[in-house]
Amino acid sequence: MTDASMQTPETGRRGTSLTATDERTRKRARAEKRFRFYGIIAIATGLFFLVVLFASILKEGIPAFTRTVVSVEFTLTPEQREEAEGTLFKTKAYSDLFIAELNKELAESGINVDFDEAAIERLLGKVGGTIRTFYADNPDKLGEPIMFDLAASSRVDGYFKGRVSRDTLQDSRFLQLSDLDLVDALKEAGIIKQAFNWPFITGADSGVDNPGGAGIGASVVGSFFMMLVVLVLSLPIGVAASIYLEEFAPQNKFTDLIEVNISNLAAVPSIVFGILGLAVFIQFMHLPQSAPLVGGLVLTLMTLPTIIISTRASLKAVPPSIRDAALGVGASKMQAVFHHVLPLAAPGILTGTIIGLAQALGETAPLLLIGMVGFVARGYPDGFLAGFTEPNSAMPAQIYTWAARADVGFYEKAWGGIIILLMFLLTMNIIAIILRRRFERRW
Amino acid sequence: MNDMSRVERQVDTNSIKLECRDCQVYYGDTHAIKDVNVDIEDKTVTAFIGPSGCGKSTFLRCLNRMNDTIDIARVMGSFKLDGEDIYDKRVDPVQLRAKVGMVFQKPNPFPKSIYDNVAYGPRIHGLAKNKAELDEIVEKSLRRGAIWDEVKDRLDAPGTGLSGGQQQRLCIARAVATEPEVLLMDEPCSALDPIATAQVEELIDELRSRYSVVIVTHSMQQAARVSQKTAFFHLGNLVEFGETGQIFTNPEDPRTESYITGRIG
Repeated sequence: MTDASMQTPETGRRGTSLTATDERTRKRARAEKRFRFYGIIAIATGLFFLVVLFASILKEGIPAFTRTVVSVEFTLTPEQREEAEGTLFKTKAYSDLFIAELNKELAESGINVDFDEAAIERLLGKVGGTIRTFYADNPDKLGEPIMFDLAASSRVDGYFKGRVSRDTLQDSRFLQLSDLDLVDALKEAGIIKQAFNWPFITGADSGVDNPGGAGIGASVVGSFFMMLVVLVLSLPIGVAASIYLEEFAPQNKFTDLIEVNISNLAAVPSIVFGILGLAVFIQFMHLPQSAPLVGGLVLTLMTLPTIIISTRASLKAVPPSIRDAALGVGASKMQAVFHHVLPLAAPGILTGTIIGLAQALGETAPLLLIGMVGFVARGYPDGFLAGFTEPNSAMPAQIYTWAARADVGFYEKAWGGIIILLMFLLTMNIIAIILRRRFERRW
Repeated sequence: MNDMSRVERQVDTNSIKLECRDCQVYYGDTHAIKDVNVDIEDKTVTAFIGPSGCGKSTFLRCLNRMNDTIDIARVMGSFKLDGEDIYDKRVDPVQLRAKVGMVFQKPNPFPKSIYDNVAYGPRIHGLAKNKAELDEIVEKSLRRGAIWDEVKDRLDAPGTGLSGGQQQRLCIARAVATEPEVLLMDEPCSALDPIATAQVEELIDELRSRYSVVIVTHSMQQAARVSQKTAFFHLGNLVEFGETGQIFTNPEDPRTESYITGRIG
């Protein structure tokens, strides 16, 4: 036996040094190096586009958070008010008073500039009306000096942000070249300035010709009520369905069919759910149009498959030995599931739910079909219950509406709205991570 | 084989606890257990031996209806615990499993504290009226599991943080906490080192004074050391069942002899 093996001819491998790599090994090493390189390229490309995306969103969206205001301290005595109310063109009387005040302030700063009432209207809109409404609502403020922060029109705002320049401006009913002299004078006097745009965060949508007044607050509230509906409906239904399918349901053709359909539902385009919502909830069940309740119902249908799939995956990931252990000491099936399996699956279920909610938060198409378009969000709902039924929009639908409008001022708002939406998504993801950490058992 | 003498000494006649007649188990179309008849005696350790896949674990799982959880498994025949058919329609498996406890191959403590692991069974069966009684049950069970001295100072520590052998003894303590009458053990030592195995085997011998113990094992030495009765399974058939000493020294069936001498299996 030993003789035979000793006489076998030397193969190529024998006698070679370990430090000298052969061709085959070198080839394998090269292939591995190449593969790593591809991986790094892929990740770098992804990161590059992410950075470009964020940079462009921030660059375009940050200006939405500032606005141009004309701040004038204005005092109206009761006598002046009475006199103005006695005239035929009441708002013009107020407007004249405001212009007089503005002229006084300009003179105090030693700046001399010619302007007429029409120019003020182009800059600030109907000032007289604004002032009159204010004093009609707050008669006790008469005689006190009041600081009026009046929003400048979209083009003046654009002049400050570099969107509009003297070279590109063409005289129109919106703004004339001569008005820019007034703007410069006001700027020199410190009357017109840039300020943080609170109305963008707290306000509601405005008309198509007033991008300066548009705010996302109302649609944030709309989104909030929708998410409430989605959470309250989809979490219990989704988790109950998954537990039944995963732990209790018999394995037969019928449950197989249900499983396949749930997986397929997750891939159905969202607009199909929109049509379904329109047909069933609004046309058949006559639920109110444009209501966050209906939006929430539609998004619940969309979110359920996501929640069911992730919940089932996390139930499956619980080792069967835990179920055996519980059943072995005489726990009923339900006790085994609720005492042992569900707590172990909880982090996965919560993460899946929050990812589903985040998906629903960013969904636009189905909302457009049930009438939750941006221009509906004209104000806040009156109270909590009204929040579900009163017409409102949601953040992505609002953003879509702004992006579709002609005035460039709205373009900026759309980007700003995306920043707000991303901030909400980021918050939800952070909550998901925190919950996961908290519920995870590390033993 | 000096173990043999000890085993022979302990053989005495006990009443029959579990009587199994004409037992058949099907997994789908596979006939996994064929015509098995076994009488499991009270206060006796019965060992099931046989090559892998011979059906000994399957048969063990029939004894507390753990096969109910497998959809495709069908069990037929008569299994009588103290004369009552455990597959009777009126029997709730939950009550059965409180009487017939089980210890699994891999130690599987709950990811909870040591205390909660043991207290879980008594809690769901309502065996303790108050905290003091529950404490007492936990201590008693941990003592019976021969692990009390090692864990008495850290009952709040996670059960999964113990060593493998400790975990398995904790699982035994958990199983005895519900005061079972029969204790089923499915290869309880296969994941343990020799020292932990020796501890568990010693424990099994002590448990015999209270319970009827059925143990599935791959180790013939273990079967010889701990059991009084041995059943040899092969390809779903019960080939031979009898006194352990007899099976190991003077088997009747040639297949048993081949297996214990290492020629098949």
